[in-house]
Amino acid sequence: MEKSLWIRCNNCGKILYKQDIIDNLYVCPACNFHYRLTAIQRLNYLFDKNSWKIIDEEIQPTDPLNFKDSKPYKQRIEESRNKTSLSEAVINVMGTIDGIPVIMSIMDFSFIGGSMGSVVGERITRAIERAGKEKKPLIILSCSGGARMQEGVLSLMQLAKTSAALSRLDELKVPYISVLCDPTTGGVTASFAMLGDINIAEPYALIGFAGPRVIEQTIKEKLPKNFQRAEFLLQHGLLDDVVPRKNLREYLIRALRLLLNQPK
Amino acid sequence: MEEEKTFFELEKPLIKLREEIRKLETDPKNKEKINKLKKELKNKWKEIESKLTPLHIIQIARHPQRPYTLDYIDNLIEDFMELHGDRRFGDDPAIVAGLGFYHGQTVAVIGHQKGRTTKEKLFRNFGMPHPEGYRKALRIMKLANKFGFPILTFIDTPGAYPGIGAEERGQAEAIAYNLREMSRLEVPIINIIIGEGGSGGALAIGIGDRILMLQYSFYSVISPEGCAAILWKSQEAVSLAAKSLRLTSKDLYELKVIDEIIPEPVGGAHADYEKTFKNVDKYIRKNLEELKKMSPQDRLKYRYHKFRRMGVYIERK
Ligand SMILES: [Zn+2]
Repeated sequence: MEKSLWIRCNNCGKILYKQDIIDNLYVCPACNFHYRLTAIQRLNYLFDKNSWKIIDEEIQPTDPLNFKDSKPYKQRIEESRNKTSLSEAVINVMGTIDGIPVIMSIMDFSFIGGSMGSVVGERITRAIERAGKEKKPLIILSCSGGARMQEGVLSLMQLAKTSAALSRLDELKVPYISVLCDPTTGGVTASFAMLGDINIAEPYALIGFAGPRVIEQTIKEKLPKNFQRAEFLLQHGLLDDVVPRKNLREYLIRALRLLLNQPK
Repeated sequence: MEEEKTFFELEKPLIKLREEIRKLETDPKNKEKINKLKKELKNKWKEIESKLTPLHIIQIARHPQRPYTLDYIDNLIEDFMELHGDRRFGDDPAIVAGLGFYHGQTVAVIGHQKGRTTKEKLFRNFGMPHPEGYRKALRIMKLANKFGFPILTFIDTPGAYPGIGAEERGQAEAIAYNLREMSRLEVPIINIIIGEGGSGGALAIGIGDRILMLQYSFYSVISPEGCAAILWKSQEAVSLAAKSLRLTSKDLYELKVIDEIIPEPVGGAHADYEKTFKNVDKYIRKNLEELKKMSPQDRLKYRYHKFRRMGVYIERK
């Protein structure tokens, strides 16, 4: 968003006072459109104040395939780091939500499209394993275009790795809530994002396996309205609920209390 | 960039030689001539083989005459009984599943299935499964798990089908669920990549204790065509994308993603079915024997760590 005090909503076109959108967690007060948040913004409104700590930052990306398309992969990583001040497309956080200790992974789309390579896979796996070891509920906020092409088949194998870790967490009976944000597609949807004990999404989030453009090109017809949007998935039985951002913290607290058998 | 000859052009002299040999084989007097031609064939193949590019390998993996899952089933499995349907929505012909005997032992066999004629291709949806295919696959795998039967999966798909119905019925969920559940089945699982290993659609039946790969198959996070379109925004970059993605069996072995490469006969798997089946049989049998000696607990631990260690990153102290 620009520096001026006023801003036009990309969705409904209304001119709005910028601070109103910010105060509303980047949701348009006029049309309820949910703008994308950074991982840090999500962390700040979900955790209890001063309760959290970012962990697993020692896991850092490299360039296993020596990949270079229009620019070298290493340069892409460097540019994303400077742009986002993140070290990769996911942060792991431990802290409390309404006093309940949790482990949370939060993805950030602005880091190479939130794509999952070796680091994202490893950090997510560590979050899952830590949740199991410390018996703390796991929450993952997904926001990703899918597996990272620049790490080739190693990225694909992160689907297997994270899902296998979740099977162990499942056996340990530690709750896992998956929150799908706009967009969650490809390999992230086809692994941990769809494996929550509870799967919920932000309103109008694009969620799917294949991207809508690929589907359109394959079937050569226009896609139905709202196709692959959160509400569409809810209607097709693929989500437990669609939860507006301003209710998400409350929803998580309620779900955690129920799953942990901890009434208020 | 220099225009690359396709594999189909490269293999023309091989086809001619094989044709000649076949004609001579009707008369036992031609033995010497045949041996000479066979030697020539072998040398010619060696020459071609040494210059195969990743794009050529993709063309071999997608070769219309390449053996498909049902060909392996017909030759390696006795008394195969196909089992249909996911008990939820339908039966997906893009995945074949069932029980049969492998060297006297009941096994479950699951595999992507492509078609050869236009009609078959459409019926099999070009080997691109819908969610019900993956759910059927898991249903049969769980059946095998219940009775302690080893599982063999044959992987050969361009990918999971990108369509409206597939998304409506939860393509991503079906794949994710298979990944999670296959990682904890207690019976031995061997995955064999026989052709195209098309991303999540391949992986969805590709979790196991041993991953074997036919020499000229490929396995990738995205097709080189898709990768070229997204990263280079040009179809001319397909060859470059194919090289960059490191998707050949040799690459995957070096990246420690697969366990063993199954060698292909002179001319590639499609040129000599008998030899291909023999090689595949040998590798499956050896690996299955090894896996059967392990306890289920050890197998599960081993399987977990096999995937757990995949990926390359730096760990700062
Ligand atoms: Zn608006």
